Amino acid sequence: MSRTAQTTEQGAQQAVQTLTIAKGLNLGLRSAMESDNKVVLLGEDIGRLGGVFRITDGLQKDFGEDRVLDTPLAESGIIGTAIGLAVRGYRPVCEIQFDGFIFPGFDQIVSQLSKLHYRTQGKVRVPIVVRVPYGGGIGAVEHHSESPESLFCHVAGLKVVSCSNPADAYWMMQQAIACDDPVLFFEPKRRYWEKGEVDTITEPAPLFASRTVRPANYQASHTATLATYGPQVRTCLDAATAAEDDGISLDVIDLRSLSPLDLEPVFESVRRTGRLVVVTEAPSESSISSEVAARVQQECFYSLEAPVQRVTGFDTPYPPAKLEEHYLPDLDRVLYAVDQALAW
Amino acid sequence: MSSPETWTHPEPGAVPAATAAQPTPEQVIAGLRATTEGGTELTQLLTPEGERVASPIFDGFITDVDAEQLRGLYRDMVLVRRADREANALQRQGQLGIWVPLLGQEAAQIGSGRALQPQDMAFPSYREHGVAWARGVDLKEILGIFRCSDQGDWDFQGSKLHPYTIVIGNQVLNATGYAMGQKFDGKVGNGSDNGAGGASASTDEATIAYFGDGATSQGDVHEGFVWASVYDAPVVFFCQNNQWAISEPTERQSRLPLYQRARGYGFPGVRVDGNDVLACLAVTRWALHTCRNGNGPVLIEAFTYRMDAHTTSDDPTRYRLTDELEAWRLKDPIERVRAHLSRTSGADQDFFDAIDAEADEFAADLRDYCVNMADPPPERIFSNVYADPSPVLDAQRDSYLSYLAGFASTAGEE
Repeated sequence: MSRTAQTTEQGAQQAVQTLTIAKGLNLGLRSAMESDNKVVLLGEDIGRLGGVFRITDGLQKDFGEDRVLDTPLAESGIIGTAIGLAVRGYRPVCEIQFDGFIFPGFDQIVSQLSKLHYRTQGKVRVPIVVRVPYGGGIGAVEHHSESPESLFCHVAGLKVVSCSNPADAYWMMQQAIACDDPVLFFEPKRRYWEKGEVDTITEPAPLFASRTVRPANYQASHTATLATYGPQVRTCLDAATAAEDDGISLDVIDLRSLSPLDLEPVFESVRRTGRLVVVTEAPSESSISSEVAARVQQECFYSLEAPVQRVTGFDTPYPPAKLEEHYLPDLDRVLYAVDQALAW
Repeated sequence: MSSPETWTHPEPGAVPAATAAQPTPEQVIAGLRATTEGGTELTQLLTPEGERVASPIFDGFITDVDAEQLRGLYRDMVLVRRADREANALQRQGQLGIWVPLLGQEAAQIGSGRALQPQDMAFPSYREHGVAWARGVDLKEILGIFRCSDQGDWDFQGSKLHPYTIVIGNQVLNATGYAMGQKFDGKVGNGSDNGAGGASASTDEATIAYFGDGATSQGDVHEGFVWASVYDAPVVFFCQNNQWAISEPTERQSRLPLYQRARGYGFPGVRVDGNDVLACLAVTRWALHTCRNGNGPVLIEAFTYRMDAHTTSDDPTRYRLTDELEAWRLKDPIERVRAHLSRTSGADQDFFDAIDAEADEFAADLRDYCVNMADPPPERIFSNVYADPSPVLDAQRDSYLSYLAGFASTAGEE
């Protein structure tokens, strides 16, 4: 995975570049395709158009129509044919155009993709990445703003990750493609255009690991832990900055890998802060936030000073987008939950 | 229809109007169905009485099939039927959790399965025991699925037989993707298949997808047809129309004869007598040849009959009449080859007796293997969920095994 140099679109070789998440994903895909000619991309409008979010921009032009496939409009077909290609020895990367359109492919994901390795006891591998732009905040019509990641975490045999910054976008995409297990890769679509520095040479963190993105000052008078992922990492970082003014120091942990969960850093943090707030856009019921809360109470029972708080989307369908600012966790709701935990 | 390459679809006017030819469900129940007749478009090379019928289109694909090869096809069918009956009995005796009988579909499976060359890939549904046999899979290796001690345990890559797929229609898309890969790998259209039937050893490849009449209603089958057609994938869609999707007749899946659906997708569809092993062999060889040469996909509807229940859990007397079964018995796939071999002096009584004896031995061996299969250990629950190591599952396994061990030590104390 370590590379001595990264060829950018401009042809220059640079160690550190400023990229958007979208460009990080694009270059990550490009790098994976350059490293392994078995990597093929399948999706709707990903070739000539470059994807509705332009994540695959320029790739069909450079790698050809046999490696970047503009598929017919059917998600089960995308996943189902990708499975056949994987059995043949390819490493397909599927794009689902929007979160809410993954469900026609759900059967192939759950019935075949997740189970073939287990069914055959490892004789058949299906190293497929399913990319899913997800989450709200873009003022879209129905089915374009959902956060269905918990559904896939509940399915054994799948791995589920979400990136929150350009460096992770670049590296996690390559790591997911290199993984021999099927990976659902959730991309925070409303953060696609946020920029950050990407070191394209340094060996990255492992794929299935969480990371503390802002450490708390444990000497502060009030401390708490925020555990989140994807689009809410930015929200939580902003909340932590705001809380600082009130003498509250927050650990912010980006879970990154949603299945398997890497909660050891969360446990360590909670053992020091005694308070945990889990923040997700996805609804709370039977979700990643439920799982984190359950495991933290199991592992950190005597350290907890307050019940685990959850700030999530409501247990409703995604509302009409004129209401999404109420639905989506924001800085104020996160800080309110922190206050609730501290007041216990 | 001068040659297979110029095979044309029957024009809509050339076949009887679908609505006129199709009886109502009530007629079906009344035993007045036309399902024992495949219609004028049925390709048949051996009549139920064992008479050879010439076919200008398909004869060229079986020029190598002499009496010896026919005896081989006969042996294949007798052995898989005998294995099928043994497995059915094993289920009744509690040795298998369930069995999915292939009785009546031997010709469709052996004919198509023997048409495959070693480099071709097959994606079965869950009734394709005859195809498994033709692919060289030991039938013992499929018993674990139905004894519920494993979920299919053969050499999938080596045999080029994908795992059985139970969710109806899923494998049709998987097969299509595999075929797309064959094309991307440059294994299609190199002209290595000269179409000389079984004598033609080609380096070009094709894929065959097996599914039933019920599956044709699934979206995945539709999507497979669409994908294969727009990517020119070298896949033969082999539909065994055995007339019944559990209790639902084919009329509940389609107004139109199934092979005619291919026309709407822009590729050839052929209806073959699924109880005629010679026709199934010839038509499938033609279809594979077409695909290997880059002119795929192709749909084959093998018009056959499920002579037993859907599974051992099913009771077909609730939805179909014995008359129908009796009519199909007259078209038995094995009997017609036996009749043909007899009338052409291709085999004598000693041969038939020897095959029967071999079949009994084969079944006894299968039975012996089945009843002696060990149950898998509890740790099997946790193995191979992922290709990568899983510390979480390792911990669950260890925790459960130590919980189990606790019972053992408690029992020891008592």
